[in-house]
Amino acid sequence: MGEIKLMKGNEAIAEAFIRAGVDGYFGYPITPQSEIIEYLMSEEPHKRTGMVVLQAESEVAAINMVYGAACTGKKTVTTSSSPGVSLMQEGLSYIAGSEVPCVVVNVVRGGPGLGTIQPSQADYFQSTKGGGHGDYHLIVLAPSSVQEMVDFVPWAFDLAYKYRNPVMIQSDGVIGQMMEKVELFEQMPRLTNQEIKDKYDDWALTGRTPGREHNVITSLDLVPERQEKFNHKLEAKYKIIEQTEVKYEKIMCDDADYIFVAYGSSSRICQKSIAIAREQGLKVGLFRPITLYPFPYKEIMEMVPQLKGVLTVEMSLGQMVEDVRLATEFKVPVEHYGRVGGMIPTPEEIVDALKTKIIGG
Amino acid sequence: MTEEIIIAGFGGQGVLSMGKILAYSGIMQDQEVSWMPSYGPEMRGGTANVTVIVSDQRISSPILTVFDTAIILNQQSMDKFEKAVKPGGLLLYDDNGIIRHPERKDINICMISAANVAAALGNTKIANMVVLGAFLKVKPIVKFENVIKGLKKSLPERHHHMIPINEEAISKGMEEVKYINQL
Repeated sequence: MGEIKLMKGNEAIAEAFIRAGVDGYFGYPITPQSEIIEYLMSEEPHKRTGMVVLQAESEVAAINMVYGAACTGKKTVTTSSSPGVSLMQEGLSYIAGSEVPCVVVNVVRGGPGLGTIQPSQADYFQSTKGGGHGDYHLIVLAPSSVQEMVDFVPWAFDLAYKYRNPVMIQSDGVIGQMMEKVELFEQMPRLTNQEIKDKYDDWALTGRTPGREHNVITSLDLVPERQEKFNHKLEAKYKIIEQTEVKYEKIMCDDADYIFVAYGSSSRICQKSIAIAREQGLKVGLFRPITLYPFPYKEIMEMVPQLKGVLTVEMSLGQMVEDVRLATEFKVPVEHYGRVGGMIPTPEEIVDALKTKIIGG
Repeated sequence: MTEEIIIAGFGGQGVLSMGKILAYSGIMQDQEVSWMPSYGPEMRGGTANVTVIVSDQRISSPILTVFDTAIILNQQSMDKFEKAVKPGGLLLYDDNGIIRHPERKDINICMISAANVAAALGNTKIANMVVLGAFLKVKPIVKFENVIKGLKKSLPERHHHMIPINEEAISKGMEEVKYINQL
């Protein structure tokens, strides 16, 4: 069993970066995730593993430092919160278009604009539908506990390198700021240049060697025929991701007449709502998407025959609800309940919303 | 066993650290814990509160509106959280600065003059540990020895010489807590 600690989500994910053998962190502080860079600076990981931690001059700089470093095959990561992640969108599109693996964490706060520093989940569209320009997808993972903030880090890097695709861990102010018991995995080694070559094929910029052509990493191709071919290559990759990487959790769904669909901190609150609803004789379960992209359309559809209604719960005005309606093909009523502006829904409110919007509606 | 607690007072009263020590104590006896603070500009000189849950099971929502126990250290928090205690639950408060005392009859109400006790011990900063002692006397959800272990874990090494006075504060809180309303 690994080391057990009481940690904030933000501190825990920072520790997980070090332990996952990350080579470089480039970031710029913003509430509610500044503890990540604070923790990394105070831990001095350059002494522990040789990991670079650098405070960039802006989020735009940070994501481009990630882009550059990741081109060498090194494990790189940046973290920010909503307004900062908006600034990174150009870079993310370039990274996706260059097929460079990296991990980006968004500890979401309320928007639009500077909005608020309180928790929100209103960046769902941005994360899952491509916040930057062009046809691309991030793989998006949604932790719902401090433990998952840790466990998802090595998973995110595995996916990033497996598909040469940027992976986003979409957390929020609740998960980032709260402390929970967490079990930390053992220190993993940082990879050498040779190990990078051996492990990840030979795409990375590790210095030209005899008998190998130049590796070129770019998102630019001015020949439309070639660019179209490349777009289709990305499409094929996304298809495989959609077929093989979907993850979700079902809680008390076996006998459920109604389900909440919720991810991240909202899914935690819904678990309390389930307990309240079941005390009142309502058979309610929770479907929690763990990957927001790829989204578990098929798995939600499979539940439809047993269901009388679905309530999505998000800290937004209703974003994931669109995917749930697509998944259920309107064969069952799907409604949305959410709080916004940094307000957090209470377990009781959610039960009331189920009654008024679904059961009574 | 699941105990859902809100601790609320002014920033600087040790609200968050009391919650952290309680949470660490739970970990020391293999329980699940969560610690969810209010965060934001209101913490700077304003009110601070933290929800702590200690449970034998996986914890569902870290955010709650009703609590088994409310630990109240100022009047604003009394106004806000007296009504948030579940019927049959516990409200524990420090009477220092309290103008309007709690009035509910359907809950247990306990009082500890923690600021005074801490002053008598010669260190006003440990009032929060006096309150923690008072709480653990009324609801012994974590063992005393595990609290000390929790303290050791959550305090940086350079503050470990403070552990004996913290222990004393907890014991004193256990002695001095009084029931105002007992069901």
